[in-house]
Formats: sequence, C-alpha cells, structure tokens
Amino acid sequence: MPRDGGIGASTKRREDIRFLTGNGNYTDDINLRGQAYVHFLRSDVAHGRLRKVDASAAEAMPGVLRVFTGEDFVEIGGIPCGWQVTDRFGEVMQEPKHPVLAHGKVRHVGDPIAAVVAETRAQARDAAEAIVLDIEELPAVVDMKAALEDGAPKVHDDLTSNLCYDWGFVEENKAAVDEAFGKAAHVTTLELVNNRLIANPMEPRVAVADYNRSTGDYTLYTTSQNPHVIRLLMGAFVLGIPEHKLRVVAPDVGGGFGSKIFHYAEEAFCTFAAKALNRPVKWTSSRSEAFMSDAHGRDHVTRIELALDADNNFTALRTETHANMGAYLSTFAPSIPTWLHGTLMAGNYKTPLIYVNVRAVFTNTVPVDAYRGAGRPEATYQLERVIDKAARELGVDPIALRRQNFITEFPYATPVAVEYDTGDYHATMDKLEEIADLAGFAARRKESEARGRLRGLGVNCYIEACGIAPSNLVGQLGARAGLYESATVRVNATGGITVMTGSHSHGQGHETSFAQVISEMIGIDADQVEIVHGDTANSPMGMGTYGSRSLAVGGSAMVRATEKIINKARKIAAHLMEAAEGDIELKDGRFAVAGTDKSVAWGDVTLAAYVPHNYPLADLEPGLEETAFYDPSNFTYPAGAYACEVEVDPDTGRVTIERFAAADDFGNVVNPMIVSGQVHGGIGQGIGQALLEACAYDEQGQLLTGSYMDYAMPRAGDLPFYQVDHSCQTPCTHNPLGVKGCGEAGAIGSPPSVVNAVVDALRSAGHDITHIDMPLSPSRVWQAMQS
Amino acid sequence: MYAFEIDRPATLADALKALGAEEAQALGGGQTLIPALKARLASPARLVALSGVAEIKGIRTGENGALCIGGGTCHADVAAGAGAYPALAALAARIGDPAVRNRGTIGGSLANNDPSACYPAAVLGSGAVVVTTNRQIAADDFFEGMFTTTLEDSEIITEVRFPVPEVASYQKFEQPASRFALVGVFVAKYAGGVRVAVTGASEEGVFRWSEAEAALSGDFSPGAIEGLRLSGAGMISDLHGSGDYRAHLVAVMTRRAVAAAR
Repeated sequence: MPRDGGIGASTKRREDIRFLTGNGNYTDDINLRGQAYVHFLRSDVAHGRLRKVDASAAEAMPGVLRVFTGEDFVEIGGIPCGWQVTDRFGEVMQEPKHPVLAHGKVRHVGDPIAAVVAETRAQARDAAEAIVLDIEELPAVVDMKAALEDGAPKVHDDLTSNLCYDWGFVEENKAAVDEAFGKAAHVTTLELVNNRLIANPMEPRVAVADYNRSTGDYTLYTTSQNPHVIRLLMGAFVLGIPEHKLRVVAPDVGGGFGSKIFHYAEEAFCTFAAKALNRPVKWTSSRSEAFMSDAHGRDHVTRIELALDADNNFTALRTETHANMGAYLSTFAPSIPTWLHGTLMAGNYKTPLIYVNVRAVFTNTVPVDAYRGAGRPEATYQLERVIDKAARELGVDPIALRRQNFITEFPYATPVAVEYDTGDYHATMDKLEEIADLAGFAARRKESEARGRLRGLGVNCYIEACGIAPSNLVGQLGARAGLYESATVRVNATGGITVMTGSHSHGQGHETSFAQVISEMIGIDADQVEIVHGDTANSPMGMGTYGSRSLAVGGSAMVRATEKIINKARKIAAHLMEAAEGDIELKDGRFAVAGTDKSVAWGDVTLAAYVPHNYPLADLEPGLEETAFYDPSNFTYPAGAYACEVEVDPDTGRVTIERFAAADDFGNVVNPMIVSGQVHGGIGQGIGQALLEACAYDEQGQLLTGSYMDYAMPRAGDLPFYQVDHSCQTPCTHNPLGVKGCGEAGAIGSPPSVVNAVVDALRSAGHDITHIDMPLSPSRVWQAMQS
Repeated sequence: MYAFEIDRPATLADALKALGAEEAQALGGGQTLIPALKARLASPARLVALSGVAEIKGIRTGENGALCIGGGTCHADVAAGAGAYPALAALAARIGDPAVRNRGTIGGSLANNDPSACYPAAVLGSGAVVVTTNRQIAADDFFEGMFTTTLEDSEIITEVRFPVPEVASYQKFEQPASRFALVGVFVAKYAGGVRVAVTGASEEGVFRWSEAEAALSGDFSPGAIEGLRLSGAGMISDLHGSGDYRAHLVAVMTRRAVAAAR
C-alpha cells in the first residue's frame, strides 16, 4: 500500500478544482490596464512577392495606434531555430531567415504580413481590412518530392534549393546495410505517409506583453510549455533583451501537445510593440488563426525495407523519408525527423544493421515541428507496419515474429546510437495478451461476422526515448540548448514547502504528482507542498515540458534539491538533539536518533532553520532552501505493446474501434491514475491520427482543412473504453526515481495497431490489401475495398 | 463580426415590417448565420431575430392528421414533440449537438438549404408543404439547388406541414469532421407511393431518387433496390469522399432506411 498522498497513490489532481470550476488563470484571463489589441493580417496566398503593403488608410481608422509591417522588423533578429542538423556529407543544414512579419515574400497561407494595434480588438480587425496589399502570386510548392525537383519554385530565394538537409544515419553503416539486403532471404517493403496533423489544444495561443518605461523591464505572458526557453530565444536572438530585464510567465495553459514549445512571431511582436507604443499589447488567436499559424506535426513520406534471414530474424532495416519542414524552421523542427526519429528505428528489436535517410524539405505550408511523440510515432508506425506486412508475407504470426526478434538483454546498444538501459518486452506482450483477451478474438470475429461486420485485430510494440536529454550528447547532435532541468525547494519556517520547478504543467498534473514525491521523501502530507511553475521570475532557469521529460528530468532535479534539504535538516536535527549527524534518521516526518526514543518533528527543524536561536551558526547557514539542476546521463526508454480490435462496415468502409488495450512499462509510477489519464489522452490522439485527422492543402497551397468543418477531431463517441496496464515495471536505472515518462506513449503506440487491425479485417473478407494510408476514413477504406 | 442593428419583433407582422428595411436579413436560430457573421463572411446592416415570434413556434396536428411544425420551432422541440412522426423526431434528435438543437430552427434550416442539412431530406421525402407569410409551397417546388430556395426576400417560413407516412426512416452517414450528412436518405412510404429524398450527395442539393421510389412503390423491401445505383457524376466530391463514394452510399443508406422504416 502506498502512503496516502505519497509515491504510488492515485491522488486526485488538486489542479482540477480550479480547472473544473472555471477558476483557472489562463493567459487570455490576464488583462493589463491600458492594454491595446493586435490583429495580424495574414497572407491568403501560399507564395507571393510582397510588392507593396500600404497601411495609410488603416492607420487613419478609428482607434488605431499603429500598423506595423515587415519593414519595421528589418533591423530586428528573426525567429531563431534551436537545432542545427549536419547532413550526410558533413554540411550544416540550410537555414532560412524567419522574419517576425513577412518581408519581401509571403511563404504560406497564414504568414503574418502586417500587425494592427488598436484600442479594441474589433478596431484592429477593421483596420486590417483597410490595408492595401499588392502581392505578385508565385507558384507554390506543396508536395515534398516536387519541391526537390530541378526548377521547382524556391520557398527561399537565397537558399540553393528547397532541401533543408539530406541526413544519413548511421552513414558509416550504409554499405553494410546494403550488403545485408543483398544477402537477405526475404525483404519486405512498404511505402507510407505519416499524415500531417494540427495539434488543436483546447486553448488557442495568446500573448500579452508589457513594458515598464521607468525600469526598462518587460513582461510577457504567453501560452508556453517552457517560459525560460522563450525568454532566452526571444530575448537573446530576436529582441536583444537581457534575461534580467525580461520576465516570461506561462500561467495555466490549456494543453500544448508540443505546439506550445516553440517561440512564435506573435510573442516577439507583442513584446516589441509594447515598448514601441508604451502600452500593454495583447493578442488572442482565433481558432481559424490557430489552424494556419500553430506549428503542425508529422508529415513524413517514407519507404521502409526490412530484411530477414531464412529463420525470420531481422537482419537489416533501411528507410528513406521525406520530412516536411513547412515554410520556415520552427524552433525544434530539424531535430524531429532526425534525432527523435532515426535513433528510434531499432524499436524493440535486435536488428543489427540500420540505415535511415531523411530529406527535410521546405514547402509553402505552415512550419512543422514536434507534436505529441515527435518523431517517435513516425518511427514506430513505419517499423510496426512493415513487421506486420512481413509476418503476412511469411505466413507467420505477427506476435511470434516480434517476440522472436525482441531485445532481451540490457543494457542494449542499438545500431542507431542509443543505449536502452532496461526493459522487458516479453513481459509487456504477455500482459497485453492477457488484458486484451487475444485468445477470445476468434469468437468475437465470428460474432461480428454474424452481424455483417468485418473484424480485425492489430498488435504492435513501441519504444520511445523520453527524459530528454543529456546536454553534452545533444550538444554534439546540434542542439543549441542544454536539456537539464532545475528545481528550487523552499522550506518555510513552519514546515510547508514551496517547490519552484522549471518543468511546466499544461494538463499533466505536476502540481499533484510532484507534491507526492516530496511527501514520500520527507514523510509529510502532500498538502504541505505547493508546486509553482511557469514564471521566470521565481523559478530557476528551466527547460520546460515536452518529450515526456518532466518527472524523469524535472522530478529528478526536485529530488536532488530535496536531498540537499534533508541533509541540511539532518544537521539541524542533530544539533537540536545533541546527537551525531550520522545517527539521525528521517521517518514519517520526524528526525529520530537511531536506537533511542529521541526525536524532533519536521516543523521543529524548519522553525529552527529560520529562528536560529539554538542553531549551529558557526557551521551552518540559517534558512532551508536549496536549488538543484539535473542533467540526465541517458534518455529513458518506456516501451509497451498495444492491441486494437476494429469492426469495418463493408458497405460503407466505416471503421469503429471495438477494443483497445495498452500494456506499458513506464518504470516506477508516482500516480497511477494520472498515468492512466496520460495514456488515455495519448491513445485518443493516436486513434485521431489513425482514423480521423488530416491536414490537407490543395496544389496552390490553400489550407483545405482550416476549420472543424473539415479537420476531423476525435470525439468521445469515436473512442472505446480502454484496457490500460502499467504494472510491468523495469525501473529506469539512471534517474533517482526510476521513472521513464508516460505523456507521449499512447500517441506513439496506438496508430500502428489501428491500421494493422483494419488491414486484418479487410483481408479476412478476401481483400488483397496490404496498406491504407492514414487517416482510415470511411471513403479511403471503401476505396481500398473497390480495387 | 461587423457591427449591425438588430430588431427583436414579437409578432409576425412586426417581423415582416422590420424585414422591409433596407439590407435587413432574417435571423432564425443563427446556427449558420452567426458563424458566418463571426468569420466576417456576411455583413448585413440589420438583423431581424425571429426567436421572439411566438406564433411561428410549436407543433400541432393539422388537416388529415398532418404534423404541422412552426417555422421557428427548434430541433430539440421537434425531437421531443414530433412523436406522431417518429422518423422526423429521430432526424431532429440527431442534428448537430444539444446547443445546435436548442437554437437551430426548422425554418432557418430550410431557408438556408445547406446541401448537407438533414431537414431538406425530410421535407422533400415527405412531400411536405412549406407555408410562408405569402403562400404555400410544395416541397417539390421549394428547393432550387445548393443554398437556394424559391423563397423571396422578406418571406418568412411560418409552418411546415408533414403528411404522416405509414412508415419512414432517415439514415444519415456522417461526414467525419462536421458531422453533417455526407449522405442522408429519407424514405417515406405513403398509401400513394414511396418517396426517397437524398441530402449531402448532389451538387444540386437535396433531390428525389425517382428510380428507387418506383421500385420501392412496387415492393417496399431492401431487395427491391438491390443493384440499383446512381452515377457519381454531379455528386459532391471533396476531401471526405468522391462522387462515386457518395453515389454508392446513397444506395446503401436507402436500403438501410427501407429496412429500418417504422
């Protein structure tokens, strides 16, 4: 039994009280005295030369304070990219300029051309319509392969082509991989698309910026997953504001899914304009703007080949991927199809030779960057689809083929540069077979068929790399930032604790689960612990929340700081009880002298730290506050096995998910209820990708899915009740909590099983179908059945 | 949204008077018009809200047992109050979501004639009569293609009179994103024959499938239309399905409607 409110307890989320009663404090809830409103005039063409932006009529409109155009930002730094990828020939990637407001050219529908700041939102919008644009429309490039052809229109005139980079990994292995394919007994090949997605957090992006003329201080309130990163990127690279004069606050944030990691032009604009106008400036994205200005996700086109020997052992894997960057490089865009994708291509299998080629391409579309899973879903999808196809071609059971090739000894160094510290893939597969009742599938299929429905079963495994990341390693790989995390643990005089963490919670429940960790370590009630995050003014420099890193990295920093606290408190307790420090034990919130009945309470010690009348002042500073930075020595490697059962209506092609089971290994689990919720949410998004969601452009680069009328979001009725289990636990070997991360697993692990299941269902009715690209909409499934 | 004036008449007479003003536009439940205003795709100078006009709300039984629904009646009220015509009540219960059903009205839906809306299929499939402030319009004469009807400016739908069939069913196949009808088929069997109306599919808006009607009038069973199909030409083709797919779905949904008709 876990202690009440400690590690392992399914404590209800304390933050939900304010979220569910409408008492959250989101960025749009922040209104500053005298604030003005900005409306961005956005390009409605995908590619064009900006010949003239005439704002004279707009500036004369009622309430207008000023109209800004790209001209105003010529002397200002552009939006920076945080990762530089080096290509297979040793050259650094092509890195285009990314102005705050378009200058010279517009490069995607939604590219901001001008910004009107006015007394009211409506006045700003009215005036934006009065701006006269002269745009010479240019042919757009939308398709990635077409964008790389000779003579294709160039998104950026000053680059040599639309190729950002041509990455090979591991380049030194290429010849050996090719040779292995030459010797293979069987090769399975699959071409597939990992569909482009739009994150669609419930809360759209918002920025409110303030400038204090008398002190020169700036404050930016913004919808961010990582306020310190925004402070650094915007302050240092765009506006030239030193960190000590710039405070960035990300208060309650209504979902991010990656799309709120990045530094966006609108944040820089509001901060710039606040000073220029000496007024607070606010921008609230409309949902329509979100569709065309939030970074999109995925959008890979891949050819994957799997080589097997005569005994069905995987001998080599080779992939060629085109990855869409969109029109500009978003903050972490170059790293997603490379270091977060290529390094995961081994999956759960001991394939000895792997070569991954990725060509990143500029197109006249919204920039593409991390979306829940970020590179790892793309890796998992292609690998788990090609294994399923191989099993079918070889006439072997897809689970048996996977089991035969599982990695079973740890640590395991993959041929793609990462070392899995721990795992047990047979255990999660065993658990999956149990909770998914795979033995009962045949009977369920029969029952479906009696109702005229086709039933299919799809299974897949996944592995991901979380807890990003060792800073020295990512530095070598091109990261322009460290990826440690920080925490300050402030113990108050009466024993309560305030933790300032660099992690950011935007739905993950850190305020609850982080408090459980402290409660466990000290033995005090969790409600004695407050978790504070999201404000650069009170947290130490932190890197924020993404890549399922918060507990593994941020939690570890908090543990380290708390250990320092306990060590110091033990010294104080020893002094109070006139005992040797080595004899002091902390248990259930009391410091006791081992082997005696002498003890002092936690509160006695904390009070002594701040009222140091009886205190070893010669040896110890008063106070009880410690900060730690934690830089992980490796990634963490959550893994698991998922199963999906679908029914297909053979008359309409409609797919319904009948059963879904997930057996995950997240290492140790702090709050099982929160973990289940994270898995549920991830699976919902994964099923959304597999069945419903797709961002589509036409050939002219017009966004066809610019609203919920055409962009299909999953709804409750589209999703089944899930069987989720995380009782298989191989603790991470290198962080103090033994935790791995759970935020993205569901989104990574679910799409392949859905597609595998639909293919299985269609084949059960004699359709010779090996693949359908996501989303498996009714019309696509029906179309596949016609051929 | 641009600024506009709004009138809230309490009587039909006042509503008509208000609609006589220059650039005035009637506002029913606003489920189409308000989003269009918010997106600045429409800019009427004056809106005349019909939601306060009590005399065009409600459900009554008319001549020959016809179910008569006031033009200002919202979908939720039809779902709850059209028990005499279960297929119609079921259709209303599945339009949009609860918020839409408690604001959107039958008159507003018909006047808008969205090619993917549900009500046009029921009206055409039932051979209903659309009663306006000026006249009575047979369903067959009312719809004139996508977003177009025979309604004139300043003409308000006051009532829709549905002859109640022996059995009927509406089968909607939802577009995955909007949940409007990708294809919706309304089948109603009357003593004088069967009517089959299709929404969501055609570029011309709601239409009757006369071959299916003929076949079903002779033999009201799914088997009677087995093998009967429409051409995909002239059908809507978009992200969510080709014309051929829609044509196929029309046949599937028609068979299912016949099988489900109560």
